[in-house]
Amino acid sequence: MNKLINGGMKLLNNSLGWIDDRFPLTKTWNEHLAQYYAPKNFNFWYYFGSLALMVLVIQIVTGIWLTMNYKPSAEHAFASVEYIMRDVDWGWWIRYMHSTGSSAFFIVVYLHMFRALMYGSFKRPRELLWLTGMFIYLILMAEAFFGYLLPWGQMSYWGAQVIISLFGAIPFVGTELAEWIRGDYVVSDVTLNRFFSFHVIAVPLVLCGLVGLHIFALHEVGSNNPDGVEIKKQKDANGIPMDGIPFHPYYTVKDIVGVVVFLIFFCLVVFFNPEMGGYFLEHANFIPADPLKTPEHIAPVWYFTPFYAILRAVPDKLGGVIAMGAATLIFMTLPWIDRSPVKSIRYRGWKYRTALAMFTISFIILGWLGAQVATPNVTLGSRIFTIIYFLFFLLMPFYTANDTDKPVPDRTT
Amino acid sequence: MQDDGYGIDKKRRHFLTAAATVVGGAGVLATAVPFVSTLSPSARTKAIGGPVEADISKLKPGEMQIEKWRGKPVWILRRSEESIAELAEMVDSLRDPESDVEQQPEYAKNGHRSVNPEYLVVVGLCTHLGCSPKYRSKNEGEEFGADWKGGFFCPCHGSTFDLAGRVFKGVPAPANLLVPKYQFISETKILIGDDTGSDQGVSS
Repeated sequence: MNKLINGGMKLLNNSLGWIDDRFPLTKTWNEHLAQYYAPKNFNFWYYFGSLALMVLVIQIVTGIWLTMNYKPSAEHAFASVEYIMRDVDWGWWIRYMHSTGSSAFFIVVYLHMFRALMYGSFKRPRELLWLTGMFIYLILMAEAFFGYLLPWGQMSYWGAQVIISLFGAIPFVGTELAEWIRGDYVVSDVTLNRFFSFHVIAVPLVLCGLVGLHIFALHEVGSNNPDGVEIKKQKDANGIPMDGIPFHPYYTVKDIVGVVVFLIFFCLVVFFNPEMGGYFLEHANFIPADPLKTPEHIAPVWYFTPFYAILRAVPDKLGGVIAMGAATLIFMTLPWIDRSPVKSIRYRGWKYRTALAMFTISFIILGWLGAQVATPNVTLGSRIFTIIYFLFFLLMPFYTANDTDKPVPDRTT
Repeated sequence: MQDDGYGIDKKRRHFLTAAATVVGGAGVLATAVPFVSTLSPSARTKAIGGPVEADISKLKPGEMQIEKWRGKPVWILRRSEESIAELAEMVDSLRDPESDVEQQPEYAKNGHRSVNPEYLVVVGLCTHLGCSPKYRSKNEGEEFGADWKGGFFCPCHGSTFDLAGRVFKGVPAPANLLVPKYQFISETKILIGDDTGSDQGVSS
């Protein structure tokens, strides 16, 4: 028996050696997992990177399966989704996994971004890590937007109509540009067909490429941590960071626990509340698209509502579009407008803490306002919180320059 | 021959790099043309966008019918004598009462924005972000104040228009509703999307 096991091991080692001579398998494994040293003090907030990766896999796999039964034409799209829901074995499950997955993706990504704001993970030397992450976020929004047209419900249709019309606000070329994007004078079969192409091929390819870049950039500079201490500055005799532990097995084990807990909640939604009261799947989208009739109340899905509220807050068409664009792109300036020497909120002064709290509250309230009917009070609220949203960024160079920061320890705590 | 001692002909390398970059770059630019162009409306899409005929013989005063032209809703509203008279009273509360912005053919640039004062023909899409506003007659507009004379209300962002499709002040829509090209081909038939051969010219 032992002889057999030894023989087996020997064969395995030999074949590994054979591969390693031809492909850097062991080397890659070590560099990115077994000998990749991550700070030992990761907390709850460090689950969301690996969770985002897992949701991406869920979306790709369920997406491929949906594509097998979905028909990207104005005539058949709505009916083919109903066909998936009613007649295809487990079709409803595949679709609810995908629709819940899109909301889960944004929940996870927003928490992942909030983590970076708390612990200063965007700061030097992680500027490119932050920028690749921001590009992922933008591309993810494009992916969600293209995908939302596909069920061809009323909300799909009029949501796309409104968003494409935003480009019509650009002076001189706007109308032609909007026509070029739609490929028609209105959102139509042509638009649906090309959005399908973008949603299932073009954008996912870019997304996967960017995720690769994001992880490469991360493994070059190393993870930040809740103390905002650079663990590479304190190495032992072997050149290993004293506050670092190998990603595998320590964080692979931590992350699979996180994945399982996450999936329990995810399944609760998929099985018991996939519409989430109209926030994950909007009620108006259960009516087929009607190009002649707009629903009484249109609002985007929850993950776009903060930006939609900002759009509506500005009483000028072009101005609203610019403000909305700026609200998403302004995150990219963070590494350069934050002038504090301290990364983590644990050692930051009251100014940054207050600013971050106010920004977070504004973002959540704008999200709520963006889902409401535009009454004068909603518009007023949107204006106030839009101003706070932008002040977080615009005043950052000032309040971070002379904050009451505390001394940062040399080692993690 | 320029030689750096290793037998490398750098001049030749530079020439090849430059030539390949220029020719290849031109190729890339030329290749972009078909990729960009296929996204524009195709010949079939344009053909489907041709003019459509609307029969208005059954339309009563105060009623509106919706036709589909280029996939867009086109409203044909038959205004009552009273409504036509009230159009002139709106002027002070409108952003562009004289229709100075080119949102209509020359023959609809008048006080009622139409060829025949009785019939309004407009594309039923809000000039803000393209939602389709709702027709609210004189009796259905409590929320717009006591002096509501009838008009259109956009549910998406709250823009309002009068019965000539003119935008009110203080709403997000920047311009009046678009009047398409059209002509009366008989007393009860309108051709939407085409005005060639008509003698409607510039009406007063």
